[in-house]
Amino acid sequence: MASASERMAFRAAQELRDGDVVFVGIGLPNLACNLARATHAPGLCMIYESGAIGAIPERLPVSIGDPSLVTDSLAVVSQAEVFQCLLQGGRIEVGFLGGAQVDRWGNINTTVVGPYENPKVRLPGSGGACEIAVHARRLLLMMRMSRRAFVERCDFITSPGHRMHGKSRAELGMPGGGPARLITDLGVLAFDETGEAVLTEVYPGVTPEEVQAACGWPLKVAARLETSASPDAETLRLLRERLDPQGLHL
Amino acid sequence: MDKRCSMKEAIAASVKTGCSLVIDGFTHLICFAAGHEIIRQGVRDLTAIRLTPDLVYDQLIEAGCVKRLVFSWAGNPGVGSLHALRRRSEAGASSRIALEEYSHFGLLSRFLAASAGLPFWPLDNYAGGDIARANPEIKTVQCPYTGRTLATVPALHPDVAILHCQRADQEGNAQVWGLLGSQKEVAFAARRVIVVAEEIVPTEVIRKDPNRTLVPGIIVSHVVHEPWGCHPSFVQGFHDRDNEFYVAWEEISRSPERYAAYLDAFVYGVEDRKGYLAKLGAGVMDRLRAKPRVCAGVDYGY
Repeated sequence: MASASERMAFRAAQELRDGDVVFVGIGLPNLACNLARATHAPGLCMIYESGAIGAIPERLPVSIGDPSLVTDSLAVVSQAEVFQCLLQGGRIEVGFLGGAQVDRWGNINTTVVGPYENPKVRLPGSGGACEIAVHARRLLLMMRMSRRAFVERCDFITSPGHRMHGKSRAELGMPGGGPARLITDLGVLAFDETGEAVLTEVYPGVTPEEVQAACGWPLKVAARLETSASPDAETLRLLRERLDPQGLHL
Repeated sequence: MDKRCSMKEAIAASVKTGCSLVIDGFTHLICFAAGHEIIRQGVRDLTAIRLTPDLVYDQLIEAGCVKRLVFSWAGNPGVGSLHALRRRSEAGASSRIALEEYSHFGLLSRFLAASAGLPFWPLDNYAGGDIARANPEIKTVQCPYTGRTLATVPALHPDVAILHCQRADQEGNAQVWGLLGSQKEVAFAARRVIVVAEEIVPTEVIRKDPNRTLVPGIIVSHVVHEPWGCHPSFVQGFHDRDNEFYVAWEEISRSPERYAAYLDAFVYGVEDRKGYLAKLGAGVMDRLRAKPRVCAGVDYGY
C-alpha cells in the first residue's frame, strides 16, 4: 500500500514527459522527477534554481544548492542566466511549486500567515517561486490538503495562479501557462476555463466528501470523477529502495 | 599589488557601522568566517543584503548587527526557519528589524542594474501578485517598443561585498567553479570587494586558466586567505556541505538560550577562524573533506 507521499510523487511523475525541461525543487518534486527519469522519461532535463542544468545527483539533495547537483551535470550557470535566459527566456516547460496556502485559483502563499506588516508566521518568502509561476509553461502544484492550507483567500499572493485580485493571467499579459495540476495527498485537481480548481481524481478509497472536508472553499467536482492509478509493487520498490532509501521524503 | 591581509584587518577597514553589506553565495561559498568576524567587531546598524540570507545572516541578526534586511528567500535551506529573524518580525516581537523583500529575480536585477551602471532594470514579473504591492521600490515602466508594462527595480550598490572563492592570487583575481550564485553581479555592483580564498596561488596559476576567473582583481580591494572559511556551507572540490549542522541548527536556533550559548562558544569565544576550526574538530573536517573529481583542463594554445 502506497503512502500519501508515495502517491503524490507517483502521480506527479505521470505529468512529466520524456524530454521535458523541468525546473525542480527539493523534496517530493525532486523525487517525482527522479522516478520519471528512472521509468518513462529518461530524457527529462532537470534544472535547479542554483544553476545546475541536466543534474543527475547521486544523492537526494538536502538543499537546492547541493554540491552533488554540480558533479556530472551538463552545465552550471549563474543566477542571472537561470532567471533571465532560462525562466524569462521561456525555456522552462514544467515548474513545481508548493506553499503554506493555496486558493481556488492556484495562487500560492510562501510569504506570511496573517497581515504582511505584523504576521503571525513569517515564512521564507518567494525565492524564485514568483518567477517560476509567471514563466513556466506548465506549473505543477504539490500540497497536502487541510483547511488551514486550502484557503478561501491567501493571506499573501507570492506566486500568481490563474486569477489574482479579480484579474486573469491573460488580462495581465502573463507569459506562462499557470497551474496545470494541483496534486494533493487525497486526489488531483485540474483548472477549468475560468481558472478555478476542479477535483478530477481521487485516490483509491477516498471520497469527494473527504476531499471537501479538507478544503476551505466549496469545491467544484468534475462530472466524471476518476480514480488515480496507484503505483505498482515494482514502482514502490524503486521509490523506497533506490530513489529515497533513507526515507527523507517518503 | 599585494592586497593580502587578515580577516580581522579586512573587516575593520571595510565594514563600518551603518554600512550596507553582502556576504554572497547561493548555498555554496558562503563566508561564515566573515560574518563571525563582523559580530566579534561589534558592527551595528548594517543593511544586510542577499538573495538567500541563511544561518550566518541570522547570526548577525541575533548578535544585534542588523538594522535592515534586503532579501528574497530567508530560511534554513531544506530544513526550516531563521529563528532570530522570526523573533524580530512576527506579531508580538519586542524589537523589529526592517524588511525589504523581493523575489530572487527581482533582487538579482537590482545587482544587474548596478553592475551595468544603469539606474534600474526591467523584468517581466510581479503581475497580479502581492510582492510589488508590499514593496514600493518595485515600480513599472512601459516598453517604448512594444507598449508592454514591465516591472522595474532600482540599482543597488552595496558598500561592501564579501565573496569566497576556491583560489585567488594576491591581487584578488578570483577563480570559482561549481555553483556561481550572483557573486559576479554582486562584485561589480559593490563599492568595495573583499575576496576570501580557500587557497592563495601564484598569478601564473590564474593565467593558465583565465576563463575560470569570476571576479578580476581590478575591482578587489582586500584578499583574505581563510581555508574552511565557509563551514557549514561548502566549497566544491574542497569540502562538502555540513548538512548535519544545518539540521541541528533548527533546534539550537529555536531557543534564545541555546543560540546565545552557540555564539558564545563558536563566535565570541574564539579569536579567529583558526580558533573556530580547532573547536569544530578534525573529526568533522575529515567527514566533510571532498573526494577528488578532477577535470582534465583545456588547451589555450593558438
